[in-house]
Amino acid sequence: MSSLVAMQVFDFVPIWTLIVGMAVFLYVLLDGFDLGVGMLYGLAPDTSTRNTIMNSIAPIWDGNETWLVMGGLGLLAAFPLAFAIIIPAVYFPILVMLLALVFRGVAFEFRFRDAERKTFWDHAFCYGSVIATFAQGTVLGAFLQGFKVTGRTFSGTSFDFLTPFSLMTGTALIFGYSLLGSGWLVLKTEGEIQAAARRHGKKCLIGTMIAIVLVSLWTPYMSAQIATRWFSWPNMLFLAPVPILTAIVSVVTWRSFSGRTEAIPFIGGILLFVLAYLGIGISIFPMIVPGQFSLWEAASSASTQAFLLVGTLVLLPVILMYTGWSYWVFRGKVRSSAGYH
Amino acid sequence: MGIDAVFASRLQFAWVIGWHILLPAFTVGMASFIALLEGLNLATGREIYFRVSTFWIKIFSVAFGMGVVTGIVMPFQFGTNWSRYADATANVLSPLFAYEGLTAFFLEAAFLGILLFGRSLVPRWAHFLAALLVALGTLFSSFWILSANSWMQTPAGYEVIDGRFFPKEWLHVVFNPSFPFRLAHTVTAFYITTSFVVLGVGAFLMKRGSAFAEGRVMVSMALWLLTALVPLQGFLGDAHGLNTREHQPAKLAAIEARWETGRGVPLTLFAIPDDKNETNHFAIEVPRLGSLILTHELDGEVRGLKAFPRDERPPTLLPFFAFRVMVGIAVLMLGIVAAGGWLRWRRKLDNPSFLTLSQWCMPLGFVAVIAGWIVTEVGRQPWTVYGLLRTTQSVSPSLTTLNVVMSFAGYAAVYLIIYPAGLLLMMKIVRKGPAAAHDDAIEAGRPVAPVQAAPPLAGANKVGDGALK
Repeated sequence: MSSLVAMQVFDFVPIWTLIVGMAVFLYVLLDGFDLGVGMLYGLAPDTSTRNTIMNSIAPIWDGNETWLVMGGLGLLAAFPLAFAIIIPAVYFPILVMLLALVFRGVAFEFRFRDAERKTFWDHAFCYGSVIATFAQGTVLGAFLQGFKVTGRTFSGTSFDFLTPFSLMTGTALIFGYSLLGSGWLVLKTEGEIQAAARRHGKKCLIGTMIAIVLVSLWTPYMSAQIATRWFSWPNMLFLAPVPILTAIVSVVTWRSFSGRTEAIPFIGGILLFVLAYLGIGISIFPMIVPGQFSLWEAASSASTQAFLLVGTLVLLPVILMYTGWSYWVFRGKVRSSAGYH
Repeated sequence: MGIDAVFASRLQFAWVIGWHILLPAFTVGMASFIALLEGLNLATGREIYFRVSTFWIKIFSVAFGMGVVTGIVMPFQFGTNWSRYADATANVLSPLFAYEGLTAFFLEAAFLGILLFGRSLVPRWAHFLAALLVALGTLFSSFWILSANSWMQTPAGYEVIDGRFFPKEWLHVVFNPSFPFRLAHTVTAFYITTSFVVLGVGAFLMKRGSAFAEGRVMVSMALWLLTALVPLQGFLGDAHGLNTREHQPAKLAAIEARWETGRGVPLTLFAIPDDKNETNHFAIEVPRLGSLILTHELDGEVRGLKAFPRDERPPTLLPFFAFRVMVGIAVLMLGIVAAGGWLRWRRKLDNPSFLTLSQWCMPLGFVAVIAGWIVTEVGRQPWTVYGLLRTTQSVSPSLTTLNVVMSFAGYAAVYLIIYPAGLLLMMKIVRKGPAAAHDDAIEAGRPVAPVQAAPPLAGANKVGDGALK
């Protein structure tokens, strides 16, 4: 029983905030760049280019996508109230995202094995990536603009998510993920494919920067609490590094797309996502359902969090190490289909 | 019952989980079968086991890929359509779901890569080890998800505070009363399902003659496995039935379409149950057999549906017929096992009629799994957590009927495209046969590893390819 007392005393919420926050961010980053690659795939001029682009993510995409399950289940387990309010509120974006991901996922398998219907699965892969990304962006927008809640349930309608703001964030994420995808392709390919990725990357970077500026102005306008968080003194001073770093990173990334360096575009894209994620975190902390419930109010019982933490602390580091190792195994440039016959 | 958001949500859940369950029903058994083949290859040194294993790994990879993407859909259903259920049960059930996800992820991350495309990168014993760990991983996943499912049937180790469930004793939560029976019954069902697929494919290859030896190994191994598993499943099913009688008597009454409580009750072989008038039409009954089977005593007492208030009874039609489909298939399976044993004894396992029959029986396991699942899930109604949380109290309150009908249409359309496509793809791999299994360099949409890895490994791949032939 002493362990039970310890559980009452020990606050598991910070560590679960870190774990779930990390799982969601890893998903955004990892599936983000391979969804981005999937969108750029639609711009590829010929079969050989398509094969190279597909090969650059074929060994790792399924591992990337599994973080979505980890993020979703992590949220359900650690912050069930947030899960029970947010997910029904974004009913249709989640539906569209899941269906698009299913299509896109099987396209990997079917395209390689099913030569006759190559064109169909090529389209499934590209459009699936675009639609899934847009849907995820609208989820982000809906989350930031907040939900109508009564008691412990979402009490709005299934179309509340649909606002100019969420449409904007949906479009924004298409640019953002494509920026990551371009960076990945610059890193993993060479010659004409890399040159094309550099051109696309610059356009996506412009789109991403416009999106970051729009969200940064729109959210404080929507929420007085967010405005106070960023624009009151002395917060303004402490938080100033976030926008300043964002500006610096975007300039460096812009120049790297034109130069000869192959790693900086991808790293720059990642850093922009880190900063944007941090910015959102700063805006809403300590709330997990903006304007309604804090992390602590939405948390599951200490016993629940402790029971799951035991296995997570064993399994998660191994999964992370293996993920890193598999990226290491598949390092270096990919080539087109000629390479694997 | 008209179509409302609750009913449409149930249909949608049944649809997405019904399709999804077909994949683990095959991959859980197949992972173990591949590990068995690799082990036999190591133990006997016979290359044929190796060739058969390589062949099945290709089919396994397609099924597993489809299992992953349709599996991602599942946890989100709890949020989109069953948010009040999620809020009420998360403190108890979510770690079980999360452990299922973690285990699946762990297995996928760590060992599936080696199994699928590491053939030429690691020694054979390491490949066997990877196969073994993937098989163990699928079993651990089954363990957690069936524990969660069983808790919804026979909740234990919890307390209720403000209408929500909280954990009191985790050991009792995980090992709740119906869990050991359900785990054994389900995993055995998965193994049988896989065995019938292997039997059918082996029969096809034997008949075609192009890979006769490989086909014969498949038919022979599948029949040995089924000889042990099908009778075992009879005992496990019976034990599970006794457990249901003890913990979910209303479900048992629905399965048997029994209205009146009584001793020495008959077994209803066929009937059209009528929930409204609380009676059966066109009933064909065998006296006293019901009590004997359900209680193991000639005059054992079986509770009837009338012993429960109307609003606490499951519908009878689906559990009643699904159960009879499941048991009918079990009898058919026993017949095939007996025929196979007799033919083997007479050294006539290549009998063309038997091989054709085996081919036709390939879907039997899948049908039985779906039927059994309908029995247990519809039989649990009208509850999501048996006796405690009603299905009508579990659905997301924001949903309109139209919302759910729209989403259901989306799931229906997409699954009706990808499942036939996946099936065609797997049939194509089967038609190419085991001989082609080595030539194709891409597995699971992954280019063989060395193509993209550092140059020294590319050499290793060529050496490995040579060694395979």
